[in-house]
Amino acid sequence: MTISPELDTRFRAAALEQGLLDVAYDIADTPVGPLLVAATDHGLARISFDPDADAAEDQLARVFGARLLRVPRAVDPVRRQLDEYFEGERHDFELPIDLRVASDFSRSVLAELAHVPYGRVTTYGALAAQAGRPRAARAVGTIMNRNPIPIVLPCHRVVGSTGSLVGYGGGLERKQQLLALEGAIVG
Amino acid sequence: MMAAVTAVPPFERFYAEHRDAVFAFLRGRVGAGADDAFQETFLRALRGYGALRHGEHLRAWVFTIAARVVTDEHRRGRRVIVAEIPDLESVDERPSYEELEELTHGLPPKERAAVVLRYGYDLDYAQIGDALGSSAEAARQAASSGVRRIRRKEQR
Repeated sequence: MTISPELDTRFRAAALEQGLLDVAYDIADTPVGPLLVAATDHGLARISFDPDADAAEDQLARVFGARLLRVPRAVDPVRRQLDEYFEGERHDFELPIDLRVASDFSRSVLAELAHVPYGRVTTYGALAAQAGRPRAARAVGTIMNRNPIPIVLPCHRVVGSTGSLVGYGGGLERKQQLLALEGAIVG
Repeated sequence: MMAAVTAVPPFERFYAEHRDAVFAFLRGRVGAGADDAFQETFLRALRGYGALRHGEHLRAWVFTIAARVVTDEHRRGRRVIVAEIPDLESVDERPSYEELEELTHGLPPKERAAVVLRYGYDLDYAQIGDALGSSAEAARQAASSGVRRIRRKEQR
């Protein structure tokens, strides 16, 4: 006997509404592929280019707690703003962000990153300097590579000092795609 | 080296694995009230989930919760299908399935679920085996070992 989709949806919504979850997620379809989007009570906690739900569930549960459930409604605001971004209508995301698990330095670098404007690029070194550690360009590169919330925290706007794209956690092709969408480079 | 303990799985996986069996059980007990009972069962499971120390016997654990939800439904005057409890006379007259809840408190989860499902809900051992993810024979052994444990407890 299988439960009806209505009952399943109802339970998931109730679990979210009653505040019983450590973390909720869903898959959002975007022009750069399906994204796994996860949110906690504190805000958007993760965007992953790898939609492998099993692996993501394990990882999210380790970090945020085992009370993890797929609840589409939990990430609706993120989904909506991502849609607007990919349609070119949104340049700035207005979402609460949960960076509780990041280290202090990561958090300050990611805070600086959030200020890099739409359609512009900066360098790893410049970002390191803004975060108060001018010689930490390499560490900043690592933080960009492990950015828990790509796109919304725009690590695609960070390039090498020579202007080369260098790398991207979601693959260089996606970095190019995002920068082309923003008109920062010719795609 | 310490013995490996099964980690508590993400709730999503636990839910996906047990929801259909729990629903089937609830349909058999509370009929049309199964939808509400189902939601209540898994919300209660979710409330207790953060306190779990390991991921073993989760099927038995959630069935024990489902059984308690059925008991509560009964208290509220809803129609519940109640079975006779023929094998437990020597424990204490004839415990109702509500008393079973209390009697089985402290039993290992699998034994507790087997006793509650057998004597409180009159499931046969094949059904209990299905519910607990074991064979009918293992379910029978769990129930009888649970009953023995209750008797020992009662004699103390």
